[in-house]
Formats: sequence, C-alpha cells, structure tokens
Amino acid sequence: MYSQGLIGADTQTHETPEFLEAFQAKIDSEQKIEANDPMPQAYRNTLIRMISQHAHSEIVGMLPEGNWITRAPTLRRKVALLAKVQDEGGHGLYLYSAAETLGVSREQLTDELLSGKAKYSSIFNYPTPTWADIGAIGWLVDGAAIMNQVPLCRCSYGPYARAMIRVCKEESFHQRQGYELITSLMQGNDQQQAMAQDALNRWWWPSLMMFGPSDTDSQHSDQSMAWKIKRFTNDELRQKFVDATVPQAELIGLTLPDPDLRWNDTKNGEGGYDFGEIDWDEFWRVVKGHGMMNKDRLAARRKAHADGAWVREAALAHAARHATPDVALAS
Amino acid sequence: MPLWEVFIRPRTGLNHKHVGSLHAADAQMAVQAARDVYTRREEGNSIWVVRAEQIVASDPDLAAENFDPAGDKVYRHPSFYDIPDEVGHM
Ligand SMILES: [Fe+2]
Ligand SMILES: [Fe+2]
Repeated sequence: MYSQGLIGADTQTHETPEFLEAFQAKIDSEQKIEANDPMPQAYRNTLIRMISQHAHSEIVGMLPEGNWITRAPTLRRKVALLAKVQDEGGHGLYLYSAAETLGVSREQLTDELLSGKAKYSSIFNYPTPTWADIGAIGWLVDGAAIMNQVPLCRCSYGPYARAMIRVCKEESFHQRQGYELITSLMQGNDQQQAMAQDALNRWWWPSLMMFGPSDTDSQHSDQSMAWKIKRFTNDELRQKFVDATVPQAELIGLTLPDPDLRWNDTKNGEGGYDFGEIDWDEFWRVVKGHGMMNKDRLAARRKAHADGAWVREAALAHAARHATPDVALAS
Repeated sequence: MPLWEVFIRPRTGLNHKHVGSLHAADAQMAVQAARDVYTRREEGNSIWVVRAEQIVASDPDLAAENFDPAGDKVYRHPSFYDIPDEVGHM
C-alpha cells in the first residue's frame, strides 16, 4: 500500500533541454516508461525513493496487525487477518522487485530500512492496543492506501504501474474485512461500541496524514505530477478519502473526532466535506523517527532480519551442495 | 543449436508475454530471429529471449498439491465479507 509524499526526493536534473523535452513529450502522450528506456536521473531517483518507501511501508505495516493474529477472537477473524498480513508481505515483494528494475539492489534497500535511513509511512508508528484497532486499520489505513494506489495503477513508470494493479486487486478485501469488523463491534454492547469509537478517535487523524504534506508544503509534487508519476496531489487524494469515509462512519453510528467537519455544498464545485487542521507538527515528529512506535518497529525488523540469517545461509549452503535442482526442467 | 523461449511486449506499459520459441546460435541471433518471425504484424515493441534450459517449471504432477489449496480460501476474496448495502462499492 502506502507510499507517502516523497519525503526528501532529489529532483535535480543534468540532462540537455532536448532530452528532457523529448522525455516530457513521451509522458504527455501517455506512453509508459519501461526499465530499459532512457529517463532523467531525477525521474529514476524519485521513483526509487517512492517505490522503496512504499515497499518498506508494506513490510513494516505487517507489524501492528501481526501483533493481533494469535489473539483474534474467532477463527474467522484469525484467517482473515492472517491472509491480510500475508498479502502485505507479498505487496512488499512486488514493490521491491519494481524498484530493482531501476538499478538498486534488494540488499541495499533492506540495509537502508534497517539502518533507519529509509522512510516508511508514518501510520505504522502508532500502536494497536485494542482489537478494534484491527478494524480501524483495515477500514481507514487500507482505505487511504487504496485511494492512493488506484491512481498509481496509471503511473508513467510501467513496472510500478503493473505492480500497483496486482496490489489493488488484493487490497479490496483488506478494507472490507476491517469495515465488517468495526460494523460488528458497533452492533455489540456498549463496551464494544466504545472500543470501536476509541479506535476511530485514535486512527482518524493519522490516516489523513498518510496522504503526506499539504500541497502548499510539498516541494516535489509539481515535478511528480508533470512526469505523471502521481496523478493527483496529496490534498486532492485526502479530500477524496474524507468524502468517501465520513458517510461510512455515520452509517454505523460512529462520530468523527473533528468538530470542524461539515458538508459544504459548494466545495470544489461539486460539494465535499470541510475538515479541521491537521497537526503537522505531529506528522513531522513521527516521520522523523519520534512516533510512539518508531523504535519498536525498527527493532522488530532488525531482529527478524538477524533471526532469519541462518535460514538464508542454510538455503545457500543447500543450493551449493545440490548444483542440479531437483525440479522439472522445461525443454 | 540452442532453444530460446521468446517473450514479446505487445505495447509499452504491458508485461512481456510468452509467445513461443526458436533455435538460434546465440542471444543476439535469437533476438533477430524473434523479431523476424514473431513481430511481422506489429505484435510488439520489445523482445526478451531466454535460453529454454534456463527456465525452471513447476512439476505438472504436483499441480494439485501446489494449486488446489488456494481453492477453499474464500476469505482471501472481498465477497466473503458482509458490509451494509448502503455503503456501495468498497
Ligand atoms: Fe498492501
Ligand atoms: Fe492492505
């Protein structure tokens, strides 16, 4: 899921004006850029950063939910959560492999995540203290991710666009299982309803922050839009998400934690919700590593990587010993 | 003369797709031959060739073991989850 507004991308270009013009013309005629095609270095760098941040987010995103797999209240909820977390691991793989088409190695990207150099979505640095959080994540976090990812299926870079098509196909069940979970809590007793409301109160604002900095503060947005890496600005996507989600909350009896939220008939010509100011200080604090769970998330990833070292070594040793693999060879 | 599997990208933006194979002495001749036989009617704009012996395939005898288990995992599909009709598409 979860690419986030290109934090700190380098968009310096050194190519000739003719080259850049020809590249832009190709983009403007809606032709995809493929791995072997010439491209400005800044286009490549922007995509490497964006796709790898997205991949890291999928992988780190397994942690807050994985935490609840063994505690799911029913077998039905357990298989759903297990399948979802398994999907997120797969999304990470699709995205790392799309990034590798741009000339970076998987090892390099993994090192950047584990060293703390690479960014991932701020949303995963919030804790999941209750079962209702699992519903809120599926409904809101995957919902926001879908909003972001659907336009990325038309990204100008072919390998990224194709990975996104695969991801989007799998993503729909993630949001539905979350909303179903929250809905069933809202049909339960007072305590269960309060638990659902509490989860919404904690996840609403961080979900809005997933779309990245406001357009007025996002320096990289214009170039990414011109290159059709992104099709909508951060604020446009955030607005779409609010407009889609508010009725879903109201339908099941939840109240959004925003006193400034109200329908505005004339917004953007076709109507939309006005909503309150996002706490950008909190956003930047969490992005820069000072969220509640940043340390735990990285520690968990490092431990998983270290604990898996013997498996990688054993696999390589096994492969070396059996130089001819015992699988059917196509002829 | 080695055998090469041929993959053609029909249009920029799409995946390369397996279209068939041919024999050629080396990679460069394989690409040229693939261009001559598989793209005569604008079938594509990019060619990949891979030595057939380099392709590792799953064992057809294990097809049931490999792929049947996904059949009853209905909870991996959106339609498994009940949400109110009023929500519409989600
Ligand atoms: Fe995902
Ligand atoms: Fe997801």
